Order: sequence, then structure tokens, then C-alpha cells
Amino acid sequence: MAALINVPPKAKRGDIIEIRTLTSHIMETGFRHTADGRLVPRDIITSFTCRYNGAEIFRADLFPAIAANPYLSFFTVAKESGKFEFEWIGDNGYSSTASAPITVE
Amino acid sequence: MRFWRTIMVVTLVATAPVLLASEITPAARRSGYTFMGPDTRAMQDDDTSNPGMLFVLDGETLWGKKAGSAGKACADCHGDARSSMKGVAAHYPAFDKALARPVTLDQRINLCRANHQQATPLPYESRDLLALSAFVAHQSRGVAISAGDDPQLKPFVEQGRDLFMQREGQLNLACSNCHDDNFDKRLAGAPITQAQPTGYPLYRLEWQTLGSLERRLRSCMNGVRAQAYDYGAPELVALELYLMSRARGLPMETPAVRP
Repeated sequence: MAALINVPPKAKRGDIIEIRTLTSHIMETGFRHTADGRLVPRDIITSFTCRYNGAEIFRADLFPAIAANPYLSFFTVAKESGKFEFEWIGDNGYSSTASAPITVE
Repeated sequence: MRFWRTIMVVTLVATAPVLLASEITPAARRSGYTFMGPDTRAMQDDDTSNPGMLFVLDGETLWGKKAGSAGKACADCHGDARSSMKGVAAHYPAFDKALARPVTLDQRINLCRANHQQATPLPYESRDLLALSAFVAHQSRGVAISAGDDPQLKPFVEQGRDLFMQREGQLNLACSNCHDDNFDKRLAGAPITQAQPTGYPLYRLEWQTLGSLERRLRSCMNGVRAQAYDYGAPELVALELYLMSRARGLPMETPAVRP
């Protein structure tokens, strides 16, 4: 699935940087019914993790009240050049990944 | 006879100023963007926080993907959309010679699928159709709207204008009662806009997805408790055409974000 990641391409060592992620997902709550009264099964992202050169720096659990196409923004300290890896895991075996490079001077 | 003629004249004189007073002058035209709060504006302005861009990305993938029994992708005929599709959406709905009526961008995509790709049409409001039209319309971002310039479209623009001015539904309201006469006021908590369709298909937070102008028009019709026209109905296309010609000169914003 499409994802939009915003990581500054360059940062100074020790800088606090903002990471913004937006991913495509319907986030069906599991509380809605169809016109003929049947329950629409829940289909949401349940967990998000961000790794910085392999080390986990951010994790979030997601719940049915979160809107479709979840947007998450968080901060970290730029320590070394490398790669941010993002992973979204959800219902029905849903899994999606993305990554973004950073150069730290 | 004279009596009836007098009544007719009086009726015309009494109603004409109401109709004439209502239209928005070109200089006073404002995008729905200007009615939004700073948070929603920021969401639209930043391409990495605008959820409509997810559909544009999907559309870019579909643009290059072969479809149908002809085994052709959009890109095989149209090449790089960045140059070939620039400004195209700004003059849609456009006149189709074969059908002798205007077609929307969504209908054009499906006509292309049927005639050139030998593929099945994509259903209205399906993710793929919205993604493709968002991708195409995104190439016109910043381009001034010029729909309705084609002289062949004149009767259809007129039809759309009549529909816009016509009262309908149990609430007996015309589009113009809110969007020409009362914009900048509020309907319950929500600002009433001028109904300038500058950013379609757009991401509505209420819908939690991208949607077409037809979807928006249909939900307005439900709002006044009228029977909404079906997707693709000539009346809906005429309304869309009138709205686009009414927004002449405003820049395209696709994919816009609206509350």
C-alpha cells in the first residue's frame, strides 16, 4: 500500500528531527453495519513501529477510533547516517513497510 | 386576457431581480480552501500530510499498468502524464463528439478503457477510478479552470445553470439559495461555501476517503431531501459543467482536503 514518509534528508548530529508518516488504510471499525444489518468485520492497523538502523525508536498501538489513512508524527535525535524502517501491522495479516534514508553530518 | 398578461408581467418583474442579484462576480469567487480552518489548510498544503496524495500515488502506478485485452497502459498512448495531462482536468467536463454531450473526467477515463484498452469500466467512486482521476487532475494543480469555453457546451452549461437555480426536495431549496445568496454564513456549525469545485476529486475528512464532485452533489441533494441523480446522469454532468464554468479562473487544487 502507498505510504508517504517525511524524514529530513540531512541533519546535524544531535539535532531533534520530526518524522511524519501517512499510510493508506480503510481502518474499518468493526462497529458499523451494512444496509441489510450485517456487521462489517473489523479491519484496522493494530501496530506501527519505526526502527533507526535496526533499533526500535518508536512504537504505537492503533485502535478502531483512529481515522482512515492514519497519520503519525514523532521526534527523534539524529545520531548517525543510515535508514529509518517503518512497519504497519494489522488485521487479516495486513503488513506494509517503508523506509527512508538520512545523512547525519 | 389582459388580466393574465398583467399577472405574468408582474410575476416576471417580481422574480427577475431575485434571480439576477444572486450570481457571484468573477472577482468575488473564492475557493472552499478560504473557508477552512488553519489545521485543515495545513493538511492540504503539505503533500506528506495530505491523504489525497496517497490516491495520487496509486493513480501513478495505475497509469503505467497495462489493462484490458488490448494490453495497453494509459502511459502507452499518453506518455508522461506530467506533460501530457497538464491542464487537462481544468477544462473538464469536456464535449465528446461521438456522444454529442459533455463527459466528466471519470467518464473519459472509462471511455478510454472501453475504446482503447478493451477493459471493463471502473465503477463510479471505486478506488481505482478515483486514484486515476486524482492523478490526472493533480497534473493541473495551479492551472486556472477554463471549463465550458467550448461553444458546443453552451446548451449544457445553461441546463446546469437552470438546475442550480431550481428549487427541489422536501426542503424546497435550490443550490443557489445557499451557495450564491448565503455563502460565508453558517449552516449549523459548518461554513457555507461558494461551491467552487476547485479540488476534485478531493479528500473529505467526513468521508475518510477521496470522493468525486458527483458524490458531493448527491449528498447535497440528500441534504435538501431531494431524489439524487444517479452517478453519470446527464443532469449531474450538466451541473458539474456549470459549476466548473462558474469557477472559471480559479486555480485547480487537486487533491484538495475539505472537512
